[in-house]
Amino acid sequence: MSWKWIALMAWRDGRRRWSRMWLFTSSIIMGITALVSISGFQENLSADIDRQAADLLGADFVLESRTAPSPQAMRLIDSVAGISVANAREERFVSMLQAPAAGTSRFVQIRAVEGGYPFYGQIDDAPSGSFSGRTADDSGIWMEQTLFQQLGVALFDTLRLGQHTLPVIGSILSLPGQRSLQAALAPQVFLAHADLKGSGLKQPGSRVEYLYYFLLPEHISGDQLREELDQELDRLQLSAETIETVKEDTGRSFRDMTKFMELSGFVALLLGCLGVWSAAQVFVREKERSVAILRCMGASAASSFYIYLTQFVVMGGLGGAIGALLGTAMQFFMPALLQGMLPVQLTPCVSWTAIAQGLVMGPVVAALFAILPLARVRQVPPLHTLRMESPRRNISIDGFRLSVYALILGFLYLYTRLQMDDWRDSLWFVAALLVIFASLYGFAKLITWGLRRYLPSGLPYLLRQGVVNLYRPNNQTRTLVLVIGLGTALIGSVLLIQDLLIQRVHQAADESGANMLMFDIQPSQREGLEHLAREKQYAISETVPVVTMRLERVRGLDLNDVLGDSTLEVSQRAFRGEIRATYRDSLTAAERVMEGSWVGRVGPGERASVSLSESYADRLAVEVGDELEFNVQGLPVAATVSSIRKVDWNRFQSNFRVVFAEGTIDQAPQFYLMMANLPNPEDAARFQTDVVEAFPNVSVVDLHAMLETLSRLFTQVGFVVTFLASFSVLTGVLVLIGALRISKQQRVAENVTLRTLGADNRQIYWINLNEYLSLGLLAAFAGALLALVVGYFLAVFVFDMDYSPAMGTLSVMWFGSALLTALIGMLNSVSVIRSSPLESLRRNG
Amino acid sequence: MSTSPILQVREVTKQFGEEPQKLTILHPISFDIQAGDTVSIVGPSGSGKTTLLGLCAGLDQASSGQIFLKDVPLVGRSEDELAKIRNEHVGFVFQNFQLLPTLTALENIQVPMELKGQRKGVRQDALRLLQQVGLEARADHYPTQLSGGEQQRIALARAFANQPAILFADEPTGSLDAETGAMIEQLLFELNKQQGTTLVMVTHDLELASKTDVMIPIKGGRLQ
Repeated sequence: MSWKWIALMAWRDGRRRWSRMWLFTSSIIMGITALVSISGFQENLSADIDRQAADLLGADFVLESRTAPSPQAMRLIDSVAGISVANAREERFVSMLQAPAAGTSRFVQIRAVEGGYPFYGQIDDAPSGSFSGRTADDSGIWMEQTLFQQLGVALFDTLRLGQHTLPVIGSILSLPGQRSLQAALAPQVFLAHADLKGSGLKQPGSRVEYLYYFLLPEHISGDQLREELDQELDRLQLSAETIETVKEDTGRSFRDMTKFMELSGFVALLLGCLGVWSAAQVFVREKERSVAILRCMGASAASSFYIYLTQFVVMGGLGGAIGALLGTAMQFFMPALLQGMLPVQLTPCVSWTAIAQGLVMGPVVAALFAILPLARVRQVPPLHTLRMESPRRNISIDGFRLSVYALILGFLYLYTRLQMDDWRDSLWFVAALLVIFASLYGFAKLITWGLRRYLPSGLPYLLRQGVVNLYRPNNQTRTLVLVIGLGTALIGSVLLIQDLLIQRVHQAADESGANMLMFDIQPSQREGLEHLAREKQYAISETVPVVTMRLERVRGLDLNDVLGDSTLEVSQRAFRGEIRATYRDSLTAAERVMEGSWVGRVGPGERASVSLSESYADRLAVEVGDELEFNVQGLPVAATVSSIRKVDWNRFQSNFRVVFAEGTIDQAPQFYLMMANLPNPEDAARFQTDVVEAFPNVSVVDLHAMLETLSRLFTQVGFVVTFLASFSVLTGVLVLIGALRISKQQRVAENVTLRTLGADNRQIYWINLNEYLSLGLLAAFAGALLALVVGYFLAVFVFDMDYSPAMGTLSVMWFGSALLTALIGMLNSVSVIRSSPLESLRRNG
Repeated sequence: MSTSPILQVREVTKQFGEEPQKLTILHPISFDIQAGDTVSIVGPSGSGKTTLLGLCAGLDQASSGQIFLKDVPLVGRSEDELAKIRNEHVGFVFQNFQLLPTLTALENIQVPMELKGQRKGVRQDALRLLQQVGLEARADHYPTQLSGGEQQRIALARAFANQPAILFADEPTGSLDAETGAMIEQLLFELNKQQGTTLVMVTHDLELASKTDVMIPIKGGRLQ
């Protein structure tokens, strides 16, 4: 067997068929484009995170506390400052920013900074240098560009922040790590730390983050310092971040997203593989005569097989190369698509690894998925030259077939495993993929069988002929049902879930009967605020007291015990941070007692009773009857866990991990949160301004605005997912066109027969239209059904929601897919339909 | 000098299917063909002519008996072994030409030589054969661009490409009109004579058969 001759024959045989083979290649191109663009994006993102981690952190080492640091913690912070080249501090919290002149206000994130923050990374400001070149004496506000428009103010206008009135002295054009969504929810406002004093913004119970930034000398590594201080940091309830931890954390948070994207690309490639499989099947049937001639002249079974396999591998290679090129070009569109969701500035670069992946994957998948259909070449006897109906040589390829199946499965698993950390998840993914493919394939088989058996003979001829065409030999109905079905299922599931999520947010808002949340309300302000609402006749749905506290002991164990014994079930994280608890005598509609019994009130001198949410009880590893000790702003309060509650966190209402029975912490320093229902967005905006004017420290979140932002988020995410799914759909379209082109000869012959029997143009058009419409309707039906099932699993098991699918959306998907199939089918059949009998006779004569 | 026959057929049978539906196409048949002879196998449709040709050419396996081609037994050999024998010793001409549709006329002629492993002069040899069949001007044409007669001439040139010891022809003029058929007949005999090849031809055309040295009549799977 000469490989040179095989290559020569592959070239000779393929040169006049490239255009036909091109179609199956284009399905590989789509798959590889998806894969390379996503893989390249992942690499670029990871490189950008590595490059920009220092900018994201703004320093070499950052210490963070959720509460005002204790004197011991301050001593440690000061000692780190002592070894640093420079240091800075920040207090970060949310509040309201008011523009009295414009009569507007906005929920913002306040960042009060002192020192040379940031030590790394560029904050673009206007006037240039107003923020980056600020001095300790500068007093005023620097805020994000969007706020100017939202508040209706200009540079140097005066804004109110708590009790202070400050001028806007700069605009922040861009910040490292800034995301558009975050900016939409709570835009950032910078001010000098000194301006915070006397503003009244920080009230008891206000949730403030304290951050300390350090620029370390070259000989001190942030990670080493973190390791050395580890135990001490835990004891002092401080957390430390370094450039390395930022790299890890940011990378981790985007790993799932990129994994999901990569698996979507892989599904597109698998659809391309189906295109290869289907093309190879028809290809072999067409080649049987040529194979017999070659065998007759002395070619071995293996060389005949390799001639055709070479063609598929070469086309796969070409597909891989073009896909790699297109995928690389796609890199440059990725920022436009995804930048808003990313914390780093995406720098499109050529990813050689992704290109190599595309170059290897193209020929590999082409070979892998063409081998089985092409293996039939080995069974074609030379006797076919004398009689086409002669029996095939009984070459047993069972072992061969099994090996190829094993190879394909191995390939699917290996590739998935490379994307997923867990082997079990990879197995599940491959199994789910096989179940989906098998269900669609099974459905397609059922359709062809059912149509053949049960198609009513009384149907009009044009309809009947169109439908029966679905089971003509070589029609590839099953492959087409698979690709059209999968495309419909992918897009359908995305739309269903997007719809469900938006529905859930609206439903949560409707159920709670509130659309405005106010928090950080001091006891002295409570009545005034209620009065303000009543005056305007706005309904207040709830006013809830909030008491901040820390956890001191769990079943008698304190932080030191937990730090000293790693075998204990209690996590040291349980002791970190502040707990916001409430007290009341009854359960809310969003709660259900799962264990123990609800205690609503304890008498004077009785032990405090507390109810925990399920997840919090799990985290603390406590059960009903266990003892907890809280530090309620200096006062130790021992409590018994009386019940464990299931909480529906999806409702737009106040929910708490820790709820005390009335009678224990009622007199502790507390603040309130209040929820009100306002009839329309205009009233909401007016009321917000009134509240902020009267109570500058109270934060107001308008649910109308939040819903808008969430809808925008879901639409943005939905768009990205749809974009990824569109690769699969486009691949499906190409496979469809490829299948139509491959069976063109047969279709021409059929149409010519019909014409010679007297069928006119209109009748032939109708027969073709009926065929494609019934194919589209059946395949998209299977896809819509699958989307319903996938939507159910996602809704119930992932998003934990009641499942009420948007049947309207699904119906539109169904008919849309069917019409698209019919349109593509008809567009690709024009030349077939128009061919004259004479033309066909000449061609086949 | 006595030489052994180029083709020896010994008690060869061919059956299809299993009992009780077993169908016997060829009953035990034996004959020899001497090198250089021209032989025609004649008989009515369904008599087993083509089956016998397929067996003799090593395209199919006999149910029993043995066939020796140049003293090499064919029965019981693997398909790839038979392919090698065919490539080295056998040429074919078919009723429906059987040219490879994706190859040009010249390339169709080159294939047997390339398969044999010939490295040098393949193109020149193929061109020479094209000249012999009078189609040098059609070297770069594809089969669909040629008439039936031209396709069969290319097939003839291809059959002689490896200077086979024996040439099997299955109704070589069966798909052609009388005039073209006569031209092909003439060319076939001419080339055969030039190269000293043994010719075994299946035909139901008794006039054509009468031009061969030996006629093997067959009916109902039996020699007459």
